[in-house]
Amino acid sequence: MGISQMLMKLAEGMATSCWIFGITLLFSLPLGMVIAFGRMSKKRIVQGITKIYISIMRGTPLMLQLMVVYFGPYYLFGIKISPFYRNIAVVIGFVLNYAAYFAEIYRSGIESMPVGQYEAAEILGYSKSQTFLHIILPQVIKRILPSVTNEVITLVKDTSLAFVIAVSEMFTIAKALASSQTSMVPYVAAGIFYYVFNFLVAWIMEKIEKHLSYYR
Amino acid sequence: MNYLEMKHIKKHFDELEVLKDISLNVREGQVVAIIGPSGSGKSTLLRCATMLEKIDDGELSYLGERAAYSQNGEAVYEAPGKLKQLKSYYGLVFQNFNLFPHYSVMKNICDAPIRVQKREKKEVQEQAKVLLKKMGLEDKADAYPYQLSGGQQQRVSIARALCMNPKILFFDEPTSALDPQLTGEILKVIKDLAAEHMTMVIVTHEMNFARNVADHIVFMENGVIVKEGAPEELFTSDNQRIKEFLGKFQD
Repeated sequence: MGISQMLMKLAEGMATSCWIFGITLLFSLPLGMVIAFGRMSKKRIVQGITKIYISIMRGTPLMLQLMVVYFGPYYLFGIKISPFYRNIAVVIGFVLNYAAYFAEIYRSGIESMPVGQYEAAEILGYSKSQTFLHIILPQVIKRILPSVTNEVITLVKDTSLAFVIAVSEMFTIAKALASSQTSMVPYVAAGIFYYVFNFLVAWIMEKIEKHLSYYR
Repeated sequence: MNYLEMKHIKKHFDELEVLKDISLNVREGQVVAIIGPSGSGKSTLLRCATMLEKIDDGELSYLGERAAYSQNGEAVYEAPGKLKQLKSYYGLVFQNFNLFPHYSVMKNICDAPIRVQKREKKEVQEQAKVLLKKMGLEDKADAYPYQLSGGQQQRVSIARALCMNPKILFFDEPTSALDPQLTGEILKVIKDLAAEHMTMVIVTHEMNFARNVADHIVFMENGVIVKEGAPEELFTSDNQRIKEFLGKFQD
């Protein structure tokens, strides 16, 4: 197999890695906000449940979580799992895990807001939702952007964990090619791919940070 | 007419009784200064008067409309809708300004009138320009709060409060975060407002200012009003505590 053929195969894996990345962000960013609200809820039960949830998601390996989501239905309920379920399991696993991390980032940002901002908004008659949407959230986004960038970069690299349930993303294919062709080329190509991907992520996030630097 | 009426207000935090049976009336056009040592409860009184803090017991009303009343030794507040309407009667200027850092000066002033009061954008912006001019900040409309000095920020926050067209304006130690020169800027603005008969309640450490601008001074200590009256009455009082307190400022 020539290098160009190998690269063709790797390109397919790249596409898979990209959609895992995209779909995970698409769902985990908003879900994280819901979980953050649960975590800050005044209701003890809601707060307790989200706290346990976050604790489990952060306290166990993502690799293990992916396996539980994928094999769980069969081992626990005897449900036959179709090969396509792989893709769904990957999304569920990644979204649940990343939402927990994002929730904690949101919470740290929201709780770092000075109480005076809420009081000023209250005196001016803003409703609770107006206060959050127009006064608090824009400032929170600016504050948490560096932490979010960190998490997003980790996600790019974490997509390679999908290999444990045999989703043919970039890393899975690189590994298979490397052993079948006894070549380092797939690993080098994979390394370059992850690096370039993250370089782009960092560049975009920096642009957004710059865009928000009009105030302090 | 009494613009603000507080009767038998009680407030405690945990074990600490901060306000012990305080009653205070503010009439239309009156400028009331609340003075007293730190920990006397004057800031808490202001926070209760602006409903940032809930009272434990007592009565509270604005322009003759009731916000809270006493029932079986406990304060009962009116429905949220009613409170929202009452809250539109007053504004508050904070010690730390609390401007919105992500909004320009113009947007800080105009956003609430447009979004909350649903007023015409153009009309609000016209009023904001007039207010900025009055504050000597007509060239700062597009600046962001971080680009302004403390005194300028405080003047913006006064303009922001005024643009809501409040009937009463509360000030919570408006000059405490400012150096003496910037303090002068703010005091002049408040003096001008007093000349326009704006009803104001000011918690302050500026004794000379209280004496010159207020037409009613309330001296608080340990959660009670020790004495209240016309400035001259207080500043020439024989009360030992007031003399001691004012003496410290004259040194």
